Amino acid sequence: MKTLIMTNLSMSTSDPIVLETRERGTETVPDTEEVPLTFRIKNLSIWYGEKRAINDVTLDISANAVTSIIGPSGCGKSTLLRSLNRMHELVPGTRIDGAVLLLGENLYALDVDPATVRRRVGMVFQKSNPFPTMSIGENVTIGLRLNGVRDQKFLNERLEKSLRMAALWDEVKDDLHKPGTSLSGGQQQRLCIARALAVEPEVILMDEPCSALDPIATAKIEELIHDLKAQYTIVIVTHNMQQAGRVSDYTAFLYLGRLVEFGPTTKIFTNPSDPQTEDYITGRFG
Amino acid sequence: MMHSKRKDRHRWRKFKSALVSFGTFAAAVSVIAPLGLVFFHLLVNGASSVNWDFFTQLPKPVGSPGGGMVNAIVGSLELLVLASVVGIPIGVLGGVYLAEYGSARGNSMLRFLADVLNGVPSITWGVVVYGLVVLRFKGFSAYAGGLALGIIMVPLILRTTEEVILLVPNGYREASLALGIARWKTIVHVVMKTASKGIITGILLALARIGGETAPLLFTAFGNRFWNHDLSQPVAALPLQIFTYAIAPYDDWHRQAWAGALVLVIGIFCVNVLVRILTRERARTTA
Repeated sequence: MKTLIMTNLSMSTSDPIVLETRERGTETVPDTEEVPLTFRIKNLSIWYGEKRAINDVTLDISANAVTSIIGPSGCGKSTLLRSLNRMHELVPGTRIDGAVLLLGENLYALDVDPATVRRRVGMVFQKSNPFPTMSIGENVTIGLRLNGVRDQKFLNERLEKSLRMAALWDEVKDDLHKPGTSLSGGQQQRLCIARALAVEPEVILMDEPCSALDPIATAKIEELIHDLKAQYTIVIVTHNMQQAGRVSDYTAFLYLGRLVEFGPTTKIFTNPSDPQTEDYITGRFG
Repeated sequence: MMHSKRKDRHRWRKFKSALVSFGTFAAAVSVIAPLGLVFFHLLVNGASSVNWDFFTQLPKPVGSPGGGMVNAIVGSLELLVLASVVGIPIGVLGGVYLAEYGSARGNSMLRFLADVLNGVPSITWGVVVYGLVVLRFKGFSAYAGGLALGIIMVPLILRTTEEVILLVPNGYREASLALGIARWKTIVHVVMKTASKGIITGILLALARIGGETAPLLFTAFGNRFWNHDLSQPVAALPLQIFTYAIAPYDDWHRQAWAGALVLVIGIFCVNVLVRILTRERARTTA
């Protein structure tokens, strides 16, 4: 556990990013007033073998805000999201050009261990995937336990805290020993969020977290996203444009691997500057 | 005119259908019948000799009635343990490698080789181990027998382990890796744990398979009519003892051989039932 805390400290004390932003000007960051940045994506290109999935994307992601990535299927949304915690590397034959800075540190520097990146940048997936062999409680604490935390008292505290943050505690507090797969779909997804929160990441990535859920469960997750942004930076990929409009502060529109437009969600949805964005948002294609 | 022709055709079609149905039924019976016959035959000839003495007594000399095969039963268990020491780690780790690591081309090569190994007649392993171990250490031993059986287990366990690990949905691997859990920990604590019942099933099936092997033991474990607690010495095994007794010219040995075969078949049957229970539970939990 000590190492975990230490890495967290060393990160929060890292460089003055805010200043740097001002220098770079306004082309990617609207309202540059005092926006602390979590991610700076610089000229990022990603290839799967010969296929170029991301084409020269430059994008800054603000801290303690929700940024949504929208675009038609196959436009590279998920790849861009996964490049933020190096999960796209699980596909063999990927190649990357450019840089992703997390609080000023390049995630793709040679001496960076992807596991460390993923401990700092948590992820929630489209299909809820609680581990079938583990109870609800074990599911939440697995990340800590497999990273060497033995202190049972600490684990129990973190278990309750994570479940409370994921707005699941009241529903499962008497059933912590039951299998994680015994919960309903929406509860399973919140369990996965609690599992990601338990390792105390700085960022949470969500890859279409509600696409398999009914409207009520979706509303709960969206409310949760809204609550979580006080403490976390959240990046969400969604197919559902109303959802992007409801939950996010910033929206990035991606098309054929290129970043077409990025800005405050209200602007993208009411007054987009690129005709392609407008066509997509008004449902003319995609 | 028209009508009767249609009726004829209808009858002919019915007849063909019945014929094929009967054919498939007969084929199914001819598959099951030998099993039933063998089991019935074993019961008739062996049941009378399967008694308390059979499980507690050493073999008696020719002519004196009674006696048992306790040394062979224990010897078989010893051999299974020794074979497991060789076969389970190599088989399971190899299966994990095939499913999780390696390149597609190299893996299809390994897979092919494992299938070839699987098809090698079991007596070959007896000869190989005889040449490599028995001759070198100048003696038959339980170790040699266990090694020969263990080698036979490897490709069986390897292939089943690979298959059940590939069945684990990728979402679990991703979820674990995304928590910053190292790859090997993900494989051990998430993937293998999820596939554990399947892996155990594969191990049990491999044990059931080698439990009845005789040929690889002929010139490795060799057999022994007495107690032997030294694993570097020849050891008795149930299938070997059955073989020795069955080809001997004495009636009471024949009876003992029948009894041994019955015990062996029941043992293997029990393992298979256990496998059925395990796989049924697996089907239920994944559903």
